[in-house]
Amino acid sequence: MSRALAHLHRLSGIALTLFLPAHFYVLSRSFELDAFLAWTEQPLVKFAEWGLVLLLALHLAGGLRVLALEFLPWRDWHKALAAAAAGFAFAVGLAFALAL
Amino acid sequence: MSRRAETLLWVAQRASAAVLGVCVLVHLATIIYAVQGGLTGAEILARTRGNAAWAAFYTVFVCAVAVHAPIGLRSVLAEWLGWRGRSRDFALIAFAVMLAGMGMRAVSGVIG
Amino acid sequence: MSTLQVRVWRGDAKGGDFQSFDVPRRESQTVLDVVTFIQRTLDPTLAYRYACRVGMCGSCAMTVNGAPRWTCRTHVDKVAKDGKLSIAPLRNMPVIRDLAADMREFFDKWARAKGRFRGATTRKDDFAHVSPQSDARRLAEAGIECIGCGVCYAACDVVAASPDYLGPAALNRAWTLVNDVRDTDHARRLRAVAGDAGCLACHTHVSCTERCPKAIAPTAGIAGLKRAVSRAALKGEW
Repeated sequence: MSRALAHLHRLSGIALTLFLPAHFYVLSRSFELDAFLAWTEQPLVKFAEWGLVLLLALHLAGGLRVLALEFLPWRDWHKALAAAAAGFAFAVGLAFALAL
Repeated sequence: MSRRAETLLWVAQRASAAVLGVCVLVHLATIIYAVQGGLTGAEILARTRGNAAWAAFYTVFVCAVAVHAPIGLRSVLAEWLGWRGRSRDFALIAFAVMLAGMGMRAVSGVIG
Repeated sequence: MSTLQVRVWRGDAKGGDFQSFDVPRRESQTVLDVVTFIQRTLDPTLAYRYACRVGMCGSCAMTVNGAPRWTCRTHVDKVAKDGKLSIAPLRNMPVIRDLAADMREFFDKWARAKGRFRGATTRKDDFAHVSPQSDARRLAEAGIECIGCGVCYAACDVVAASPDYLGPAALNRAWTLVNDVRDTDHARRLRAVAGDAGCLACHTHVSCTERCPKAIAPTAGIAGLKRAVSRAALKGEW
């Protein structure tokens, strides 16, 4: 499970890195924000937004897991960390979906 | 790159990760809060325009990302594309500068 | 009596393919029993390694149904789903022939990680007094039982992706020595395990720890090395 989470951590990192320039570009044109937000009302875009939130939560949770394994004293429940990370990410995804 | 430099890159990666841990939690909470009531551009910008606290927060966020993302990409490029050496590192420095530049423009777009 | 359908990798460094054998199933059979049966009764040209056959030497490590294991300690009942077995040489090592992998680079990396003891005393000096309860000794002892079987190395995705990566076994050994208060080569060892090919390349997939037949946790030792190495780099100790 740790291995699967590590792969998701890497893939989410790549996806977020590719997304960032677009994100920064949109925000830099803040005077057009309302027009852009109208575009984001489309269901497919909402779904993509949810996906991005999930990816961010996944990457954060996976990253916290790495920091825990590298800097905290070693514990035998390292496997639980992977499960906890995945759980946290899905909780955030759910919270975002419910807020929509 | 010397072993010491490579090690310091690793330290920078973990340090920026710790900073981003805080920034991303705040960012996620902000997103979920903002989405709850439905956001308009005016609503968001009213809260961020001219706000020194948000300016500071997002500046730190952008700097941490500009450090963290390229170093993270460095391993991926080596392990999945076999791209190692100077050319890769120069490309990543350029990417870092681009991220920082675009990021600060985004911050000024939002803060004003 | 039922039959096992066994696929065994045959070939050498230039390449190869799986060959199928039918092996009679027996009670309490291990995968090593299966390989031995094939070589002794079906195909004497099959090359493979074993020695103690009782889970002490680590020589019989192979890839069984995709995972690296000690074949003498792997009961067929545990791994043969639907009576099917797939046996191949260990991953991440060049193949000599069939199931025998070339372990030279594996041990070379051990040396590159300075995984050897350097002391400063002679037989004329008193014994070193090391408390078994001390933190350093406990950490060393957690990793000291490694017999160099190569299972962790075969399980590691980073070794697969980065051929220069020293790997979990070499780094684990370096870690036990970092915690050996009698050792005098600390600075050089930290330098040896630093950098892109050293401990910093570990991405904590934890496959090594999950597969180690001696329940050692190389991930823990590598994390310790990361901390030691980064501290030394920040202080400019090399």
